[in-house]
Formats: sequence, C-alpha cells, structure tokens
Amino acid sequence: MEPKLIGDPVDRIDGKQKVTGGAHYAGDIKQPEMAYAVLVMSTIANGTIRDIDTADAEKLPGVLAIMTHKNTPRLPGYDANKPGATALGRVLHLLHDDRVDYSNQPIAMAIADSFEHAVDAANHVRVTYQAKTPAPGLPTSKAEPFRPQKLPRPDDPVDTQRGDLNKAMAAAEVSFKQTYHTPTQVHNALEPHTSVAIWEGKQLTIYQATQGIFPSRERIAEYFALPPENVRVIAQFVGGGFGSKGPVWADGVLAAMAAQYVKRPVKLELRRSDMFGMVGSRSATSQQLDIGASRSGDFLGMAHRSLNQTSVFDDFSEPAGILTRVLYKCPNQEVTHRSIRANIGSPSPMRAPGEAPGMFALESAIDELAYQLNMDPIALRLKNYAETDQQKELPFSSKSLRECYQQAADRFGWSKRLAAPRSMRDGNILIGMGMASAIYPTIRDEASAKIKLNADGTVLLSIGTQDIGTGSYTAMTQLAADAFGISPDRVTLRAGDTRQPKTPVSGGSRTTASAGSAVVQAAEAVILKAKQLALNDLKSPLNGQKESDMAVEKGRLFLKSDPKKGEALTALLKRNGGNALEASTSSKSGEEKEKYSMYAHGAQFAEVRIDEALGEIRVSKLTGAYAAGRIVNAKTAHSQLVGGIVWGVSMALLEHAIHDPRTNRIMNANLAEYHVPVNADIPDIDAFFIDEKDEIVNPAGVKGIGEIGITGSVAAIANAIYHATGKRIRELPITPDKILSFTA
Amino acid sequence: MKNFQYTEASQPAQAVQQIGAGRDTKFVAGGTNLVDLMKYGIEQPDTLIDISRLELAKIEKTATGIRIGALARNSDMAEHPLVTSQFPLLAEALLAGASPQLRNMATLGGNLMQRTRCNYFYDISQPCNKRQGPTAQAGCGALEGYNRIHAILGLESGDLNQSCIATNPSDMNVALAALDAVVNVSGPAGQRAIPIRDFHRLAGKKPQQDTTLAPNELITSIDLTTPQRAGKSHYLKVRDRASYAFALVSVAARLVVESGRIQDVRLALGGVAHKPWRLTSVEQQLIGKPATEASFREAARQLVAGAKGFEHNAFKIELAQSAIVRALQTVAA
Ligand SMILES: Cc1cc2nc3c(=O)[nH]c(=O)nc-3n(C[C@H](O)[C@H](O)[C@H](O)COP(=O)(O)OP(=O)(O)OC[C@H]3O[C@@H](n4cnc5c(N)ncnc54)[C@H](O)[C@@H]3O)c2cc1C
Ligand code: SF4
Repeated sequence: MEPKLIGDPVDRIDGKQKVTGGAHYAGDIKQPEMAYAVLVMSTIANGTIRDIDTADAEKLPGVLAIMTHKNTPRLPGYDANKPGATALGRVLHLLHDDRVDYSNQPIAMAIADSFEHAVDAANHVRVTYQAKTPAPGLPTSKAEPFRPQKLPRPDDPVDTQRGDLNKAMAAAEVSFKQTYHTPTQVHNALEPHTSVAIWEGKQLTIYQATQGIFPSRERIAEYFALPPENVRVIAQFVGGGFGSKGPVWADGVLAAMAAQYVKRPVKLELRRSDMFGMVGSRSATSQQLDIGASRSGDFLGMAHRSLNQTSVFDDFSEPAGILTRVLYKCPNQEVTHRSIRANIGSPSPMRAPGEAPGMFALESAIDELAYQLNMDPIALRLKNYAETDQQKELPFSSKSLRECYQQAADRFGWSKRLAAPRSMRDGNILIGMGMASAIYPTIRDEASAKIKLNADGTVLLSIGTQDIGTGSYTAMTQLAADAFGISPDRVTLRAGDTRQPKTPVSGGSRTTASAGSAVVQAAEAVILKAKQLALNDLKSPLNGQKESDMAVEKGRLFLKSDPKKGEALTALLKRNGGNALEASTSSKSGEEKEKYSMYAHGAQFAEVRIDEALGEIRVSKLTGAYAAGRIVNAKTAHSQLVGGIVWGVSMALLEHAIHDPRTNRIMNANLAEYHVPVNADIPDIDAFFIDEKDEIVNPAGVKGIGEIGITGSVAAIANAIYHATGKRIRELPITPDKILSFTA
Repeated sequence: MKNFQYTEASQPAQAVQQIGAGRDTKFVAGGTNLVDLMKYGIEQPDTLIDISRLELAKIEKTATGIRIGALARNSDMAEHPLVTSQFPLLAEALLAGASPQLRNMATLGGNLMQRTRCNYFYDISQPCNKRQGPTAQAGCGALEGYNRIHAILGLESGDLNQSCIATNPSDMNVALAALDAVVNVSGPAGQRAIPIRDFHRLAGKKPQQDTTLAPNELITSIDLTTPQRAGKSHYLKVRDRASYAFALVSVAARLVVESGRIQDVRLALGGVAHKPWRLTSVEQQLIGKPATEASFREAARQLVAGAKGFEHNAFKIELAQSAIVRALQTVAA
C-alpha cells in the first residue's frame, strides 16, 4: 500500500472509536466501589460562610461524607496554593477556609454511592453567609487599575515602548482614538471537567479531562506533597478544552481529596452550571487604540492600552495587546496592560487568550482608519506590512501574509465590494463585506518521545501527549509514519498517560510543534541507528557508506547518490538478529528562538446580511487564507481553522456571560441562554492553507493552527457590519439590540 | 432535584383524580420544561403523574374547524395536513420554536403551560415574586437587574417590585392567541372551555400564576375555528441567532386584503408581555383601511401604546413596531 503522505487528509486514527462509543473519556471510567462527588456552590460573591449545616444531608441514603471547611483535612502541600509561574498554576478554593471570593465557588462537597444521591445530599446542605458587597468586573468596575506583574507567557512583557510615541502622535496628519469592549466568555467544552481519583497507599491514579497530563500531575503532587512519580494522570480522550482544561482547577484536586477522605475511588464530574466560574473564563476587556498616521496611510505612532479583570485572589492578566507589537510596521509604539480586581472566578486562557479580544480591537481600529483615510482596508494593511518583527528586532522565520490577503480576497470576491458603507443591499437586507488580518505566535515547549522500530517494520511510538479532540494522536502517528515512509496504520501509538515520555500542555497551539518535533527527532535517532547498523554490516549493500549519504523512504534505507543501492529496514533488522531499534529524545527549541520571530498568519474575510429594521445579523460568507508552515493533516488542520472561525462568529455576535453587577452572579449559566452559534448561523466556510515552507521554525516545520482562526474572524465580521450599516459597534457581542439602538 | 414519586395515568379521568389526591403533584408530558425546572429546584413536586400515554394526541376535524389533543407533539402538529392547510400560522410558529429534538418531545399542553425564561426565576438564589409568591415579599430580581428579555406591555400599574415583568416565552401561544383558540380542560367539577385570551394572564398582583388553569385541571385539547377567508399569514420571530433561541419579539399576523383594502386581520405579539399581546380594537380599526405601510405603522403604534422599557429591553418598543409592520407587509405582498 502507498503510504499516506504528510499533508494528506488522513482520517483520525480514533474516529471509529469515537463514533461507536469505544473511546473512553474520563466520565466513562468506572471503578469497583467508586463513589460520586457533587459540589455545593456559593450563591454570594463576597463574604464568609457564617454557618454550614450538613446534618440533614448526612442522614440521606447512600451518603458517605459531606466535606466542608469544617472537616476537610489540610492538604500537606497547601502552601503551594499561590499563583504559579505559568498560566497553569491557579489559586484554588479547596474547602480550607470560610472565605467566599466569587459566586458559584465550591464551598462543600457531597460524596455518595451514586450520582443521584450525591446531588440530593448537595441540595440539602444549608448555608448562611456573612455577605459583603462584591467588587464588580468590567465594564462596571470603578476600581483603580494596577499594573500586573506578568503576562501569562513569560516571553511577553507587560508593557513595551519603542520610538517616541508622543512626538509621532503630535506630528501625525491623521489621528484616531477609540475604545473597544469585549465581554466575559466561558469556555464550555462539551465534556465537562471530570476526574476519577484512585488511591493505592501513597500512589494516586487520576483519570482526568485535562489539556495537560504532566502539568496536572505536578500540580496535584504539589498539593499532596508527593513526588510527581507517585501521581499518574491518564487522559485517553478529552472532549474539548479551549484553555479551560489547561490548569488544574479545584475539581481536579477535590476529587483526590474526596477519594482519600472516603477511602474509595471517587468520580467528580462538574455539572454544566458548575462550569460558570470555577474553571476559568476569558476576561472582559476595555481597550483603547490610538493611531497616528500620515495622510497617505503610513502608521507613525500607535498605542494599545488594554484593561482587563482578574479575581481578588489570583493573578491572570489577559494579554490583549501582544499582537499589536508585531502585526504592523510602526516605529513609535506603546502597548500596556492593566488589571482591575473583581469578585469573580479567576479568568484564564481561553482559545487565543489576549489575541482574540486584542485582534478585535486592533483590526477594527485599522478598518476605521481605512475609512477615515478613504483607503481600501487591504491597501492600508499592505502599506504598513511588517517585514520584520520591530519589537524584538528580528526577522520572521517565514511570513506569507501578503499571499494570504491576495488569495483570500480573490476567492472571497473582494473586488465586488462597493467601498461606501450602506451601499450594498438586497431588498430589506443590507449587505456588508469586511476583512481582517489573523496572526498567532508559534510556541514550542520541551517534549520527549520514544520510538521503537520493530524487525517486521512496524513502529511503536510512545509519547505522553493528550489529544484534546484536535487530532493530535493522528498527527503524531503521521509524523512517525512519514519519517520511515510507511503507512500510518503500521504505527502503534501509546499516549495520553504520564507513564509515557513527557510532553507539554496542549494549549497555545503548541502540541504539533512541540510533541511533533520530538517524534520527528526520535525517528531521526532510530534512523541514525539503522544507518550505523548498515554501514557496519558487511552483508549490507550500504556497508562502508557515510550516514549522511543515506536516506529512508518507503521503509527502505538507500544511498542518496544511487538510490538503487539499499535495502528494506526489515531486511537489515532481520539479518542483525531481529532486534528492534529504539531511541528516546527530548526536544526543545534552540537558538532559532533568539534569532527569529515566529508566527502563523492569515487573512479572514466575512460577508454579513443585516435586516436593519429587525436588527438581525446573519453571516453569509466566510473566506480565510492561512499560512502556517507544514500542514501535517489537511483534514484535521482544516477542522481547526473552521472551529476557530466559528468561535469568531460566536464572539462577534453571541457569546456573553452576563454578570449582574449587584451580585456578580452569572445570570445565563446554562447553554440555553449562553448563546453560541447553531448550524443555521454558520454558512459554508472556505478556509484554506497556502503553501509555506519553514525549515527554521522547528524540526516538524509546523506552526500552531488551533487558535489563529478566531484572531481574524471577529473583526472581519464587525467590519462587515459597519460596511453594511454604517454603524460602528465597538462592544461585543454585536446583538440586534445594539444595531437597533445605535447612535453615532 | 428533589426525590419524587412517579405514576402513570392511563385515562384522563384517572389523571384528574390522581392530581386531586396528592399535595404537590404535577403532570408531566414531554418533560422538556418541567424536568429542567425540577433540576434547578424551581418546581419541587412530591409526585409526578405521567400523562404522556393518554390517548389525547389526536388531531381531527370538528364541525367548525379542528381539535388538537393536548398530548399531540409539537412536531406532529406542525406537520399535520389539517394544521398546515387551515392554520399555517400555527405550523410556522411551532417550527420557529426550540429545536427538532425538543419539538419531538414537547406537547401542546406542555407548551401552553411552559414557564418564563426569566434569568432570576431560574436561579433559586435570587429574589423572584413569581417563584416565591407575593407573600414572601421577595421582590423582582429582574426589575433592576438584567431584563433584556422582559416585558414592555401589560405591566402592573402599582409597585412593580411586588409584581413580575416576565414574558411568556412560547411561540405557539402567540399563534393560538391570533387564532382565537379555545382551551378545553377537565377538572374534578367536569369540563370547561377557556378562550385563549383568558387562559394566560397578566402578572398583576398574582405573579406566581401564569394561567387561569386550576392546579387540579387537565388540559385535554384545543379547538380552532376555520376562518371564513383564510387570507395570508406569517409568523415573524426576531431572535439573537438563526435558530434555537427564544424570541426577542415575535408577531403572528393573518391578513385578508381585497382591492387593496383590509377585510380581516389578526395580530398578536410575543416576547413583550406576560401573555401573548393582542388588542382586537386595533384590528377593528384596520378593517377597511388600505393595506399600506402607513396603516400598518399606525396599527403598530397603537398596539404598543403605553409600552415601558427597562434598562436592557427598551429596544423592544421600536423593534416590536418594526416587526409588526414587516409581518403585515409580508402578508400584504
Ligand atoms: C433549550 C430550550 C429551547 C426552547 N426554545 C423554545 C422556543 O424557541 N420557542 C418555544 O415556544 N418554546 C421553546 N422551548 C420550550 C418548549 O416549547 C417547552 O419546553 C415545551 O413546549 C413544553 O412541553 P412539554 O410537553 O415538554 O411540557 P412538560 O415539561 O412536560 O410540562 C410543562 C408544564 O405543563 C404542564 N402540563 C403539561 N401537559 C399538561 C396538560 N395536558 N394539562 C395540564 N398541565 C399540563 C406540566 O405539569 C408542567 O407544569 C424551549 C425549551 C428548551 C429546553
Ligand atoms: S420578572 Fe417575574 S419571574 Fe423574573 S424575577 Fe421578576 S418576578 Fe421573577
């Protein structure tokens, strides 16, 4: 059989398991004697628990225990409950004290022999509070903003300056200044957060819905003061994460605490309503954009001042300004981040954290400026095309944004757009076309992998990484198969378990770049061993050749200068005792990171149809071109783009966690009222990759694609809405009421 | 969810008898609303009487029109030839509601009785006169809270904080109001027929009570009268997303036009009041008028006269009028 090639639209290796129910998620795990835990959540956002009465609950059938701050044993490693060095280390409420810092915070846990009994018990816990007025979040907050100590990614400075902004702004012929608002959003992966915890002495095994089995293992081990080796985290399948399953949240630790307390395996599966608060959110932002330009459209100065919200007990600062530092050429610039504190659950990374709200603001502002200058929005962007990363003063490892603009514009039919707002109509319907750039950094973390080439030519790939639903298992398998030139079905994968080689969190679109590079390097190491075997083997046609003169294709080792000279790897191995060749590698970025700036780019176009009298906005067309290095699997990669773009529709038009500022309670904490798009909201999406070869970025040659789709689509839609109606709505989501009550 | 007893009723009379026997007893039909309310702790019945197997699902011809059994599924109603041929307005309204999965479960009786989607009603930690009853003096959480989906018409003239500003969320009910449906019910004292306009109530001083149905009465069917002249009808639903969202505002319109003049008109609004909003006086005024935008706009103005907007829903006043005009233009075309 012809091996499937890298880039082919290969079906997911686990597709059949998933559609037949054979894929076991954490919630599917059953253990003998397993008990069920259900959380009791706070109904106030600030104060203390005056009394918590568990007497009625404890008497109910099947109840094993009710844990509250009154009886919960102190965790030996509780001192580690501080903001961590990365976005993964969050401060958790673990029933250790009577504080209530936000509404829908876990304040007790009912453990029973069935889920139903646990729910019933949880409902019978009576709580009274000493309540204080909660500090509201954005936009209501009047709190004094403070400068956060850091942004989630250590590489991103909180504030940056370059050139002389004041001077540039004073000299600019055209100036622009506006403020944009984005709301709190809640991730809501289809699969709720779930953990099944099993103790055997001092060994803890946890089946967990997580984006990072290794970071989870370390954080949980820390709380229990155990060496990480004592904790095993397994995530065979994960039903979406979107950032929400990156950190370990309270539920992940509480499950293990419950299992220890009742001395039985315990499953803790969050209910949908539990997910609005304790497992992160995208921070609301308020972002001010100032741009000074020449009459001909050169950006002379630019400031992006972003305000976000964090909780009263933790530090997380939505990095909304970071892409403004690199997207356009602009010699004088200032980008700052400030936060206010509110009685809310801690915000956390959500698909394209910072990038999504930040790009909405930046790309809306560029669009506004294009109208102000009477320039085509693409022309204005091309005029200010950044050939280098001006902030880091580095060249890009590769950048094909120009090609993206061009190809997406052609396929979208941008030339049919009449420039003036309100100039395109179909009966009662106003039609608008808008576009925006898309960009996402390429992140790579240390990752390791082990590859074993068997004498029969099959390959065993061991790599810890979880697959959060994106298709990582398939991509890893393909990369290993590709290295040997064999069909992916000849590769067996062992993954999703901390017993396998260590890999990073699946977040920041880094899995293929990180774990994928480890796979490529482990395969290279095995191939090197094969070459050495051949050159030392008197019976091999490659005896005495140099390693660097040999290559592998279709499972065959051969001489590059004379491809006929060579032999199948299976023949080589069989002749040499039939032993497998095995190699483990640990892979991380090297000096390329200091020498180059690395980003995936894209151009996103949108057409909207708006019934202005009724305020209804429907997206009728979405076209996007993306350049992201090598595409390992055309099918799963396309799904990532489409998923990201749909998220953009959601953010632009629908999503909004509504806090009542009097109570800080989320008033739409369910999926009937927390709106995301349904099928009828999504037109056919034409999202495609353009060829981009990048040999610098990492050994796998890939850039992250999981998040870029949302970075352009939000502003493209908002810009299309302006083009249709002449109404510039700077506050997301753009709902019918905002169209109807718009005043310039 | 509180633990509860579950029984099945095999005959309507038995159902009525069973509901009279228990204290906190409720009927369950499709369960799509009641089960959610029980999960959130809003409804806490001790006993559920499952009426879904009662033989009350027929849709049949009557001397004056059609009768639809209370257990008919929303999806079956929307597809039934008697409905689509004589009452396309009802079919259209049904199909505008919820999702196919929900419509497959939802029944006529359950839809008539579905409760408001008010965010504060749904959150038992928040004050709500409708949920807690007026004697609790809880107040209305929505009044100064998030009230985007709330009422602009039919509001209590006294202290609103002792009343309720919620809306009836149903699409079907708006069409039934326009069509003058009659709700047939059966109780311990026998049968009675309730005109739809008297079935749903304004909140007034009894915000806890959505309808005039007694707790021990069973809805058995509705009757619809075939109009003399069908004219054209349209159910216009304005919503945040293209499907699977409750109406911000909706309009059920039916219009008969001859030689450019309005002969007959029915007009009901959804999403604006505690019950479907219909003013026959406004319809009367339209008779004989030219079927033009000016006439429609005047009718729209009259239909929302006295509307009151709150912090987040004031946009509905304008929107309702635009929607009325648009719906009438659609059927006049
Ligand atoms: C996510 C979601 C979205 C929705 N969207 C829409 C929408 O867009 N538009 C819309 O109109 N609706 C919508 N609905 C509501 C849906 O239409 C109702 O849930 C449904 O009609 C209720 O019917 P049921 O048979 O399931 O009622 P049940 O839940 O079984 O019962 C509801 C109430 O009616 C009472 N009852 C039922 N039958 C009788 C009877 N024969 N006699 C007396 N009392 C009775 C019950 O005791 C109960 O109090 C939505 C619902 C959900 C969950
Ligand atoms: S509007 Fe009605 S249902 Fe909503 S909180 Fe007020 S009283 Fe309750």
